[in-house]
Amino acid sequence: MSLWAFYARNSQEVLGLVGQHLYLVAISTGAAIVIGVPLGILLTRRPAWRGPVLGVANVFQTVPSLALFGFLIPLPFIGGIGATTAIVALVLYALLPIIRNTYEGVAGVDPAVREAGRGMGMTDWQLLAQVELPLGFGVILAGVRVATVVSVGTATIAAAIGAGGLGVYIFRGVAVVDDTLILAGALPAALMALAADGLLGVAERRFAWRVK
Amino acid sequence: MIPALEVRGLGYELPGKGPLVQDVSFTVRAGETLVLLGRSGSGKTTTLKLINRLLEPTSGDVRVAGERAADLPVTRLRRRIGYVIQEVGLFPHVTVERNVGLVPQLDGWPPARIAARVRELLTLVGLDPHTFARRYPHELSGGQRQRVGVARALAADPPLLLLDEPFGALDPITRVELRREFAALEGRLGKAMVFVTHDVREGLLLGTGIGLMLQGRLRFLGTPDEFRRSDDPECKAFMAAA
Repeated sequence: MSLWAFYARNSQEVLGLVGQHLYLVAISTGAAIVIGVPLGILLTRRPAWRGPVLGVANVFQTVPSLALFGFLIPLPFIGGIGATTAIVALVLYALLPIIRNTYEGVAGVDPAVREAGRGMGMTDWQLLAQVELPLGFGVILAGVRVATVVSVGTATIAAAIGAGGLGVYIFRGVAVVDDTLILAGALPAALMALAADGLLGVAERRFAWRVK
Repeated sequence: MIPALEVRGLGYELPGKGPLVQDVSFTVRAGETLVLLGRSGSGKTTTLKLINRLLEPTSGDVRVAGERAADLPVTRLRRRIGYVIQEVGLFPHVTVERNVGLVPQLDGWPPARIAARVRELLTLVGLDPHTFARRYPHELSGGQRQRVGVARALAADPPLLLLDEPFGALDPITRVELRREFAALEGRLGKAMVFVTHDVREGLLLGTGIGLMLQGRLRFLGTPDEFRRSDDPECKAFMAAA
């Protein structure tokens, strides 16, 4: 059966899985932004915490995703079979690029600009809100972009713990050795990753202030 | 009259690094410009930063218009002191207009008053407001950027101005041009200024007083004429470079 015929026959199910996939990615990336951006800003104010925090975030990255899903299942509250566990794992993966880029974006502001701001009597909050965040926004967005693209891919594996998403087709296709079925899950996931990459890339360039 | 700036026994020491500034005292009144001369690492820039508390003095006393700097909230102190640095440090993501209007905006001036003040200041530093107000810093030459830097420092009409090598990064011709214009501006502004440079000619042109720093101490303090005639070997070394 051709891919298109498969889609035509299962359009309801396909749309449902795409929706689940988007949900997993959006919720986890959103949560990672809410946690990661303030944490990254905090690191610029407490440089001594930088090593430990980035170190921990890094450790999550090194755990193979299937293993991380597995480790989370037995945990109370956040674990179990289903979307919650998958979202927690996706958040852990997304944290590192977001924390790191927020730190780099804010800390990377020209020291002369920061000195001028402080020297003119800006408070730390004013400096952050009016200077450091706007100037670092492009770099922060780049981190969000990386996190989103990685999440789209990793979320396919979430099907293994019953979280749904496009991975359902991929796992099913692998199990019954059906390339069409694998492709039916992989193609929309790839397109989703490309679209996220493209859109956030455009936004990123729009905010690349460091002209000259 | 209370002097705009009084510095008494100022010192700054980092643990384990020894004193970077020691026992520096001087007074600057409205209309006066004290030029701090000295070699790199002599403590000139550190002294400036101790005045606006970008660095906290470890000893001594700074008074701005009679008030102890250490007693004022640091942001309020700094908004009363114009600050110009060599790298200018304009905010690259906002227009010239917003850069110049920064301190008034922080102080909560109404927008119309800020706009009028910005126009006035741009004209003062020789930039046509119609041409330049809406430009971004990267669209300006180095000299124009530093003019904006000076306008920004003057925005809230502070009684005291600190300038750290403001013309140091400019090409020689622009540098001489700006220096000359600044000399003319000094008289009109009537502000107290502390001007850091390692260029003796610049110092002698702009200063009503010269302070020569060496290894964190004020080695010489006097008028430009006294500086020219001084027997001090360090002063002579500087005059020889003029």
